[in-house]
Amino acid sequence: MPLELVFLIEQLLNGLLVGVAYLLIALGLSLIFSLGGIVNLAHGGFYAIGAYIGVQIGNRFGFPAAFVAAPLSVAVIGMVIERLLFSRFYRADPILSLLLTFGLAMVIEQALRMVFGATPIPFAIPEFLKGQVFVGDFIYSRYRIAILAVAAAAVLGLWLLLQRTAFGRVVRAGVQNPDMVGALGISLRPYLTAVAALGIGLAGLAGIMLAPISGVHPAMGAEILTAAFVVVVIGGLGSFWGVVLAGLLVGLVRGLTVYFIPPAAEASMYLLMLTVLLLRPRGLFGERILRFE
Amino acid sequence: MKDISLQSPIASTPLARRSLLKGAGAAVLLGGVGMPAIVRAQADTITFGHLTPLTGFLGPLGAYGQMGVQLAVEELNAAGGINGRKINLVMEDSVNPATASSKAERYIERDKVPVIIGEISSASALAISQVAARNKVVFVNTGGNSDALRGKDCNRFMFHVEGANTQYVKAVGAAMVRDGLVKGRKLFFLTADYAFGHDLSRVAKRYITANGGEVVADELVPTDATDFSPYLLKVRQARPDVVISNLAGNQITNFIKQYSEFGLKYPFGGFGFDTAVAWGAGKGTFGGLWPMIWHHDVPTPQSKAFVAAFVKKFGKPPENQAWGDYVAAKCVARAMIETKSTAAADLIGYFEKEPELDILKGRKGYFRAWDHQLIQEMYTVTARPVAEVKDQWDLMILGPAVPGPETALSAIAPTPEENACTFPA
Repeated sequence: MPLELVFLIEQLLNGLLVGVAYLLIALGLSLIFSLGGIVNLAHGGFYAIGAYIGVQIGNRFGFPAAFVAAPLSVAVIGMVIERLLFSRFYRADPILSLLLTFGLAMVIEQALRMVFGATPIPFAIPEFLKGQVFVGDFIYSRYRIAILAVAAAAVLGLWLLLQRTAFGRVVRAGVQNPDMVGALGISLRPYLTAVAALGIGLAGLAGIMLAPISGVHPAMGAEILTAAFVVVVIGGLGSFWGVVLAGLLVGLVRGLTVYFIPPAAEASMYLLMLTVLLLRPRGLFGERILRFE
Repeated sequence: MKDISLQSPIASTPLARRSLLKGAGAAVLLGGVGMPAIVRAQADTITFGHLTPLTGFLGPLGAYGQMGVQLAVEELNAAGGINGRKINLVMEDSVNPATASSKAERYIERDKVPVIIGEISSASALAISQVAARNKVVFVNTGGNSDALRGKDCNRFMFHVEGANTQYVKAVGAAMVRDGLVKGRKLFFLTADYAFGHDLSRVAKRYITANGGEVVADELVPTDATDFSPYLLKVRQARPDVVISNLAGNQITNFIKQYSEFGLKYPFGGFGFDTAVAWGAGKGTFGGLWPMIWHHDVPTPQSKAFVAAFVKKFGKPPENQAWGDYVAAKCVARAMIETKSTAAADLIGYFEKEPELDILKGRKGYFRAWDHQLIQEMYTVTARPVAEVKDQWDLMILGPAVPGPETALSAIAPTPEENACTFPA
């Protein structure tokens, strides 16, 4: 294989891996919005909390403990936030919940800054995942392959949960028509709490996974949130695979732009969004959900 | 606490969705607005205005800038203030050039500040310097590095405690030449895609070419990029001899972390650096050869006293940005004390006589009259071997001061040919 092609493929694969990292955040965002109608601008904040909790636990009890405990504790925080705050806004004007989560995002960022300081906190890749994998001319970081595996497992698990369980059936029905679900005598309340915990827990998982790669600092949530939103918008509301495809697509397009026109790397994602919205205003696989029209 | 019901009036206001969205958008732009100063300037106080980014990729450094200036003002006031008048310090987040400019405007009009200190972003520093010049107020730049600020964009009201890019390049460049990393070598540049990075890349290329090296690539990296994997893959594709970072703030932390993650073997380093960046990368990950304007290990008595006072107040050692804002406030206060004036013309006149200033380093510094650059010693740092690292702050080995004792301090500063400055009349 000509070397030039090897490098191109390497960039494409790398782009896909980067896209998978966005996915963990985008899926939670999409899930919470689809069911409760809440645009969670604080989602990046929970990602940051996941990283900070992960660092604290990781430094004391090792990475595996942090890997388990960080997403769980963030999910619990998410559950509390849902009960105390989100639950009051499901039936309200979406603008109110937008303002709520916007404020929450700032409170989280500032709280992290006050407690842990503004400077990035060091957090290393665990020893057993350090190093690189070589396949012929390909080189890749072992840790990133581990991220890919975890993210893929999470996506698959989420899909199975939504498609193959009674829980998932109620959630999917709730996304389409909450009133009908209510008429059938099923209260969506516990499902809304569970979905918020799930989505926010996924953000926490992304936080601990990405902490050793991108710096751990208070504004890390704001950095990744925009990309996650773009992924949700491209993928389309209420569509699981739409979001998955969009995540991969965004990563792929970014990888290609960095290879061919580096200065446009950041803009590429937004151009992609623009194009998709012009051609398909509901996103790639967006479903028509009456109450959001 | 008084119960104020905020919710209902908002909910009942028939505002269109879009206008509220616009409001949210505007709030994003204003994100991180600092606390407005509550204490108004009084006749018996002198107000120092401080502006620096607290949010965004330079935010971590800005936090140290604020700590440095706070400590300086506290010490000055404890020592009797400025000829008996206490200093009143106002501080805000400069956010971006547009916000920095309007906040500088407000300091001058509302707080009647005779001096503005701070900044890290070269782009915001330029914006503040224009406001300062228009209103005839002194601005001391403590963190903007670009040569253009001292050259093309220089003005009589702006002074620079922060080193110019050329000072950084020449300081670490000499060490790179010594280690055989320049002559006949192929260098791969990664450059922050904004005013500072472009300026640094230009200055660095001039230095590398003059010393027989070749810059084979110069990749512009967006300031909000956190993932360097595509760039590292490109580095590997180019197979250079040396990898050079012209990056800034958090970018450098992520670059160092991911460079180590991908296990690239090429020697690396950079032409711009801050201590906090290495602290963020952490033990075992930090590496490379970097320039440094000041470091908490600088072995002078004044420097040690500053570090001790800082640790006592804030519980951790000062980052080099804290040094910049601390030294700036001390220099301005000294000028005001000696001239018994706060008028810009008097302060400028004082500094342009090039008095020797104690800047906590081995040799004293001075503001050069023709471009207002603080002429001073610089340092280089390398990674301390992991086994010798004592604590989380002790990651670097500080090299000797540059230039050496027998060379003039101005040897590493930009020459008039490299960076001409004519103050606008």
